[in-house]
Amino acid sequence: MNHLAEAFNAALASLNAHRLRSFLTTLGILIGTMAVIAVVSVLQGFSDSISSQFSDLGSNTLTLEAKNEQENFRRGQINRLSFEDVDALRFKVSGIERVAPIISAPLGATLYRGRSVTPQVLGATEEAQDVLGVDTSIGRFITASDERNSRRVVVIGTDVRNELRMPENPIGEFILIGREWFRVVGLLEKRGEIFGFSQDNRVFIPFSVARSLTGTFERTFMEVSFTVTNLAEVNQVKERAMRTVRASRGIEPGKPDDFEIKAADSFVKQFNRITATATAVLAGIVGISLLVGGIGIMNIMLVSVTERTREIGILKALGATRRDILVQFLLEAALLSLLGGLIGIVLGLLAGMGIASLIPNFPPAHVPIWVMIAAAGFSALVGVVFGIAPASKAAKLDPIEALRYE
Amino acid sequence: MIELQGIVKRYVLGDETVLALAGVDVHIGRNEYVALIGPSGSGKSTLMNIIGCLDSASEGRYILNGRDTSSLSEDELAAVRNQEIGFVFQSFHLLPRQTALQNVMQPLVYRRMPPAERRERAAEALRKVGLGDRLDHRPNQLSGGQRQRVAVARALVGEPSILLADEPTGNLDSRTSAEIMSLFDALHAQGQTVVIVTHEPDIAAHCRRTIRVLDGHIVEDYQNPARAA
Repeated sequence: MNHLAEAFNAALASLNAHRLRSFLTTLGILIGTMAVIAVVSVLQGFSDSISSQFSDLGSNTLTLEAKNEQENFRRGQINRLSFEDVDALRFKVSGIERVAPIISAPLGATLYRGRSVTPQVLGATEEAQDVLGVDTSIGRFITASDERNSRRVVVIGTDVRNELRMPENPIGEFILIGREWFRVVGLLEKRGEIFGFSQDNRVFIPFSVARSLTGTFERTFMEVSFTVTNLAEVNQVKERAMRTVRASRGIEPGKPDDFEIKAADSFVKQFNRITATATAVLAGIVGISLLVGGIGIMNIMLVSVTERTREIGILKALGATRRDILVQFLLEAALLSLLGGLIGIVLGLLAGMGIASLIPNFPPAHVPIWVMIAAAGFSALVGVVFGIAPASKAAKLDPIEALRYE
Repeated sequence: MIELQGIVKRYVLGDETVLALAGVDVHIGRNEYVALIGPSGSGKSTLMNIIGCLDSASEGRYILNGRDTSSLSEDELAAVRNQEIGFVFQSFHLLPRQTALQNVMQPLVYRRMPPAERRERAAEALRKVGLGDRLDHRPNQLSGGQRQRVAVARALVGEPSILLADEPTGNLDSRTSAEIMSLFDALHAQGQTVVIVTHEPDIAAHCRRTIRVLDGHIVEDYQNPARAA
């Protein structure tokens, strides 16, 4: 160990003796590592922010929604889910744990002490809390009792509180939604933005209240999220749900579905696939650039071995074994490459942070520690691999020839 | 201590075989002071390389301290060079980027000696050759004579059986040469076995025994007339 530390110092001293050359040699490794860290940091930051926004939706959550062709939608032929569909899911399909219908209630502006805001108003039951993973930071969510008694209560998002300039703790305040007064019972946890759209500009009211207030509306929109009891059976449950909903909507055999059931995390999965592909392509490019960098290191190490032939002869005369010489040159190559890698990591992090901050609404760059360790380890490995040829050339030198070398 | 029996060394140069040593028998005992002389091309350098375990013989046996070196592997030969041989070269062969102290410490590195002990022994060796105040100088900050003394310290630091010097004064002026030779004389007086390869009669005259090599044969081997002590 002590001996290795010493060889390490010797290698460092040797690189230090040719600083400019060492730097230029390792530039290939440096740029390769920098590129990978910069791109990974941006991609990872993006991917982290996407996953964290969707992480509340587990993979056991499915969503039923009505299918609407763009054309029909424009003609005003809107296909909607019915409350019978909800009941069919709730009571006729085995393997479903919870059913959470969500109805959008376009009730218009929300007022509080002369200030006005138009949030997304959603009618939900208590199940939504678990199924959709909405949580409150203050107060409570809609309860079963609110639903039964059609209480005029509301759980608001942080944007709504802020824009209406409500107190920090808005519980107990009254707001006017449309033409009805609602008492605030909870504040939703802040969720941030997805693609620049705020997830906090919304309010939840009891499903039954939303249903009765929008009963005469043309354009309400409902979707139903539900969780399956056993994740392994998710596909069978989906099959059963499809059959039941077809029956409830009276779709004749042979006719296409006018609704669909999606896995809630399918977007995240798709996004992760894109990220994985991008990462794989990137790894290929980095592989090539590190290969080029490695060849540069091998080239300079071969020159260095030739230049130091006499020194190698002296060391051999003093009793250095082949292994001593081999280790010394390998360490030098590995260190050269590792230093390039380390500088590349630092510059790559800075570049990633710079890129992320230049794009508006872009999540901050983030590089997992293991990526940095892998990058450093890989660059050192490149040095060792490409150092083998020069180092073994040095180790094999004949001491007499080497001593005579001018 | 050094026992050469029927040493033959052949080199293949292209399609020609050159006979550098044509059967050499030498015995050198402990605390001898030997000059190996001969014109260039005589085979004396080859003989020195074999004695120094830098090269091995094509035929014959070389027994060093009772150990037959002909069958040793390259790494074992490296260990023998490290433990038993102290080299001094004509052009000093110091490591240019290292200080005098580091140069002298280098052979001990290959003995896996702890750094503190190595440093202590190297400093002691440099004091012995009169460079106790030049430990941190680099070779280019030292005169030729000082460089050669660093080389001598490096050769001695491992307490080798043989001090093997190849034209040690070849690159030095006559006054510095005399200094270096008196250093060798003193080392011999302290019990060190010294073998000097040279073509200068003045240098050979310092030694107690002269071995003359010519065309791969030993042509003369005699004790020098006793020098005035």
